Amino acid sequence: MSVKLTSRQVGDVTVIDAAGRITLGEGASAFRDMIRDLAAKGNKKLLVNLADVSYIDSSGIGEMVSGFTTVTNQGGKLKLVGLSKRVKDLLQITKLYTVFEAFDDEADAVRSFA
Amino acid sequence: MEKTQTTLESSLESVDQAEAIAVDEARKLGFDEDGQAQFGMAVREVMVNAVVHGNRYNQKKKVHLEIERSKDSLAFTLGDEGEGFDFNSLPDPLAPENLLRQSGRGLMLARAFVDGFDLHPRAGGGTEVRLVKNLH
Repeated sequence: MSVKLTSRQVGDVTVIDAAGRITLGEGASAFRDMIRDLAAKGNKKLLVNLADVSYIDSSGIGEMVSGFTTVTNQGGKLKLVGLSKRVKDLLQITKLYTVFEAFDDEADAVRSFA
Repeated sequence: MEKTQTTLESSLESVDQAEAIAVDEARKLGFDEDGQAQFGMAVREVMVNAVVHGNRYNQKKKVHLEIERSKDSLAFTLGDEGEGFDFNSLPDPLAPENLLRQSGRGLMLARAFVDGFDLHPRAGGGTEVRLVKNLH
């Protein structure tokens, strides 16, 4: 299974619910397209919900970083919520925990954009 | 020590295939779910490197996989038919100036998830990576 992506609004925050695998190929491309599309439409507060993501490889991590850069360069913010232990480990190993603001709870994450 | 060899195509499907083989071999040897996932990811990242950067998706070029099983460890050696490269010349993906680069983390992740990692030129051309994971 590749990744399934849907978006919803919580106030002025756009939450992207991801499920499945964000890996080289279709999964990473779909993730990139979704972030770029939302950023192009002027969404500046993006929260990526990874609670149902079972697996991310280095290509998926690369797309998350690319999305972060795209949104930041447009004056917005991209944050993460619902990281599994494996995804947290990946952010530790890659030192990206110093880049991404990550939350366990969605309500806390949404409030942090205020 | 039991050995088997197989040849994989230079395709994204082969990347998934190599990962699935790694997870299955790790499961059969007795690794827990985390161990299986870690070995699967290490093999996946090395396979991506072989297909994308080594063989550059060239369908005429193959990835050569050798699997070695012992009662307490699993080793996968993946060799591509690319032009080879100097591992030590790669940018450090953990350096502050490289943290926001989109790529360059694959081999570091592979190395982090195994007990043995050896990258060297492959006899006859290309690059070979040997990954070893111990059961305990």
